[in-house]
This record gives sequence, structure tokens and C-alpha cells, in this order.
Amino acid sequence: MAACSVEQLLAKAEQEEAEKLKSISVHKELDLDFDVGNLLACDKNRVESRDFREQKKEDFLRSLARDNTQLLINEIWKLPTERVEEAIVAKLPEPSTPLPREKPPPKPRPPTKWEQFAKLKGIQKKKKTNLVWDENAKEWRRRWGYKRANDDTKEWLIEVPETADPNEDQFAKRVKAKKERVAKNELNRLRNIARAQKVKVPGVGLTSKAQQSKDELSRAVSVAKTSTASMGRFQDRLPKEKAPKNQGKKRKFEPLIGDFSSEKQRQLELLKVMDSKKPKLDITKAVNKQMREDDREEAAAKYKKGAGKKGRKGNMSGKGKGKGGKGKGGKAGGGGKKKGKPGKH
Amino acid sequence: MTQLDGVVKPKSKRSKRFLESRAPKLTEDVKSAMIMKGGNTSLTVTQALKDIYSLKKPNAVLYKKKNITRPFEDSTSLEFFSKKTDCSLFLFGSHNKKRPNNFIFGRLFDFHVLDMIELGIEKYVSLSDIKTSKCPEGTKPMLVFAGEAFDTDNDHKRLKSLLIDFFRGPTVSAVRLAGLEHVLHFTALEGKIYMRSYRSLLKKSGCRTPRIELEEIGPSFDFVLRRTHLASDDLYKLAHRQPKALKPKKKKNISHDAFGTKFGRVHMQKQDLSKLQTRKMKGLKKRRGEVVVEDQDVQAAKVAKVDG
Repeated sequence: MAACSVEQLLAKAEQEEAEKLKSISVHKELDLDFDVGNLLACDKNRVESRDFREQKKEDFLRSLARDNTQLLINEIWKLPTERVEEAIVAKLPEPSTPLPREKPPPKPRPPTKWEQFAKLKGIQKKKKTNLVWDENAKEWRRRWGYKRANDDTKEWLIEVPETADPNEDQFAKRVKAKKERVAKNELNRLRNIARAQKVKVPGVGLTSKAQQSKDELSRAVSVAKTSTASMGRFQDRLPKEKAPKNQGKKRKFEPLIGDFSSEKQRQLELLKVMDSKKPKLDITKAVNKQMREDDREEAAAKYKKGAGKKGRKGNMSGKGKGKGGKGKGGKAGGGGKKKGKPGKH
Repeated sequence: MTQLDGVVKPKSKRSKRFLESRAPKLTEDVKSAMIMKGGNTSLTVTQALKDIYSLKKPNAVLYKKKNITRPFEDSTSLEFFSKKTDCSLFLFGSHNKKRPNNFIFGRLFDFHVLDMIELGIEKYVSLSDIKTSKCPEGTKPMLVFAGEAFDTDNDHKRLKSLLIDFFRGPTVSAVRLAGLEHVLHFTALEGKIYMRSYRSLLKKSGCRTPRIELEEIGPSFDFVLRRTHLASDDLYKLAHRQPKALKPKKKKNISHDAFGTKFGRVHMQKQDLSKLQTRKMKGLKKRRGEVVVEDQDVQAAKVAKVDG
């Protein structure tokens, strides 16, 4: 009796199990493709159009959807779960469907000049604190930025060093130095960017043209040569390179208190020239100069005449003639006036 | 803009954060969609656009004004809009006599059009017509595609990929089991595509996995496939290229045998076995006296031979 009841119990238990499993099992010809990372299920089975047309569309679709969703839920329930703040959470794997990106992947930025050097030398970046103790203000201030600590442009009293010019503005000097540092930093930053993007930047002294002229190139060479720490004094010249002309001082002055005897000599000569009645005029030079000027005027007049005539071909009126007459008269007067000048001297 | 990226530095932290959110990243966030109307729209189209906007709510922009453009002919205005709003998916709805109730689903790569698929709406039931309680906004939906066309036909394959991209929502590492409510079901049958949106109710079954019952909530569409503009194969491959940093690093020198034991190889230099230090056994030690005796014997043997 006991044995029978045990068998019966076992059979009952099995039946119940089967029923339970039936409620969540779905029979499909082909297994579905699951991408649990995307909560995606793809059913490749043929959808029978006959069934579709027989039943009502919505019910057919709903039952199909129910079956597929059940299978997807079964898959999701197989995943490992954990409890996060009173909710049971299933850990999803990575999505396996390949989908196109929004934007192309970012390219790693090439290292800057300093970064290359630091890597070469093995210099590590030292982490610095954001706040520094400022002795003057007796408080913690930023290391850089607005209201920074130890800002040397903001000092109210600067001692003039002994070697400096007393008329120099020390405050302005500090501000100028800071501006130069900022500009240099900006230039280096832009150069790093240009190097990263491989944009050709012309060197100092050169314009971004394809062909440079000879004197532009020579200017660029001289700029490059003088841009060393000692202003180009120790730079060797190329074998056939000539020394640049116009390099010395532009004007030369005698020292104020120099050679007294030569100064005396010069002043006596000057007085002698002023006393003498001889005209201090070189006749040949003056005549040549005058002849040259006359030639130039004639050429200019011819040119104007020629251009004027071409313009006046259109309207041959009294006005034109009047203009020409005036012009000639004016020029004659000018010439006459000029001739009078050397006579005055 | 890309030329001036590094040159023009952002002046405030807010603008810097904005630029960083728009810059290309290793792992990308959710794709957002722009939903816009064409030159002429019908009531069906406007309502349908609103419904899809509510499905895609936080990651979508719905434009109110009409845009008189034709995406299949000229996509420059679409690209301009995507650059302005940083959206890489779009849905363009229009209506004219030749193509009534027209939807164009599309996606962009690097602000240029990648794929565009035109679907015509044959039957539409809106969200408001189906009077049941809806899912909360922003729930990640479960997507189900049924029908062999989604695996065999090229156009349908691209459409499937586009719909997954459109509706999938943010990629998450874990999902709350009770929160799996929304189901979007797409069926490809007889040249048409049926889209239904259900709410899943998890009923008790005997075991741990619940039994699903579905209740229709959302908009239901009957689409018909019209024109397509698909990207060329190489552009499509280029769009799929993943950065090297994302590939999982392979651990070398690990192998498993049939029982699951983990093996690794250790490489040694060549050993001189004669100099190998083994256990010392006193009995086998060579003694000096023995050696001498052996030599003498050998010599005696040699002498004997000569005589003989």
C-alpha cells in the first residue's frame, strides 16, 4: 500500500513538473537567434501565411509575439543575477550584433615636442597641488589662474635693480615680459597642432607662397641666422655665402667730447668758407643737374600729352583745346621759374 | 569645425564639456534621432511621428516646422540638422499623392547619410486609440524580429539593422528583471512589415522563469517597403570599424585540456645534464684507491700483449 502511494505520489509530482514546464516551453522548428546584450531575438521560422489569413491578424501576430517573447525571457532568466537595492538585476553580456558607429573612432593625438622629449629623457609628470600658500596675502591661493599666488605683475612695490636704467618702467617691463611669455606659449601650442595635423607652416621670414624670390630667401636666411642665443655671432657661413651688406650702423655720429683739435680744424674751415666771396657752387654739377631735370619734365609732358590726346579723340571741342593751352602755359611758367633758381645763389 | 578644434580653445568649463560630449569617443552613447516633417503631411503621419517620438523619448528631437526637402534627392539639409543637434538617426514623414503616408528611416555616419529606407504606412493605430496603461518612458524595449525575409533579403537585413539601431536604447550592463515590460515585435510577411508594440506581464509559472502574457499598448503599423538608399559595402564596413583599444586583450600561453585543467608553458634554457646536481649516495662515491688499481691492471695488460 505504501509502495503504491509512493509511486502515485511520484507520478503526480512528475505530472505537475511537466505541466509547469509546459507553460513556459515553446516548440519551434528552428531555434531563435538571441542577442541578449541588446534584448534581441530573431525568429527565422517561416510564418505561415495560411494561418495568418485564417485567423484574425492581430491574434495571430499576438500569439507569435507571445511565443517569441517567452523564448527570449527564458534566455534572459538563464543569466546570472544579483541583488542591487531591493531589485533583482540580471547582468547582461556584451551586445553581439554589429551595428555601425555614429562617428569614426578617435585618432590618438601625436605627442607634442615636449612630450617626445620627456619620453626620451624619462621625465615623469609630477602631480602638483592646486593651492599654494601665498605669503603676502597670508592665504591659500591657486597655483595659476584668476587671483593666483605670488603674481609678480600685481606687486605694488618693485625695487629698481642697480644695473637697470632709472627711467625704465619696471611695472610695464614685467607686464611686457608676461605678454611675451603668453605669446610664445600660444605660438608653441599652434605649432604643435600644425605638426599634429601635418599642416605646412612657413618658417619665420617666409611667406606661404610656392616660390620665393631671391631677396625674400636671403632675408629668411639672415633671420634664421640671427635667431640664436648669441644673435648669430658664432654661426658659420656656407662655403659660397657672402657677407650680408648694409649690416653696420645706419648712422654714425662723432662722440660729443672727442678729438678737440679736429673739431677746431673743422670749425675754422667752415668760417673760412663763409667769409670767402667765391661762390661755393660747382658749375658743371649744377648745369648737369638742371639738364637732367629738364629732360625729365619734357618726358613727363610728352607722356601726359600723348595720354590726353588719346582721351580727347572722342570729343574734339573747344574745351579740350583750352585745357591743352592751359597745360602748356602752366608748364612753361614752371620751367621758367625753375630756370631762375640757380641765378639766386 | 574640425580644423579649428584645437586652435580655438573653449573659454569656459561648460563649453569644454559641450565640445567633449560632441567629440568622437571610443565607446559611444545612445544614438539620438531627429523626427521631422516634410513639405506636406497628413494627420496619420503627424500622429505617427508623435507616437514614435514618445517611444524614443529622451533620445529624440521632434521638429515642429515643415521642411521642404526631399531626402532621396538632396540630403544636405538633413546633414546640416544632424550636425547642429548631434543626432545620427532620423525619421522623415511626408505625404503626397504619389507616396501617401510616407516614412523615411535613416542613419548617418560622420554626419553623412549612410542608409535610408522608405516605408509606406498602410494601417496605423495610434497610442491614444488603444486604451490601456502604457509603459513608462525610457524603458529599454525587447526587440523580436520574425519572418525569414529578415535573414534572406538584403534590403530587409539592412532594415532590421536600422530598426535595431533606432529602437534599442542605451546599452546597459545589467537590467532589472521586473522592468522588462516593453516588447516591439516586427514581422515580415508577404512583402509587408507589421510592427506591434506590447506590454509583457510576467505571470507565475511553476518554476523560476515566468510565463509571458502580452497586452497590446503601443502604436501598431503595417508598413510596405518602398524605395531604399543603402550605403556601399566599403562605406558600411568603414562605419563598423571598431577602435583597437576596444578589442579584448588576448591572454597568451593559456590552454585547457579535456578535463578543464589550465595549462601554461614555461620556457627554459638548455641545461648541461652532466653538471646536474642529483642526490648524493655515499656508496656510489668514487674512491681514490680504486682508480689507481685500475690503471695498473690496464698497464699490465698492455705489456702482456706486446710479449705475446
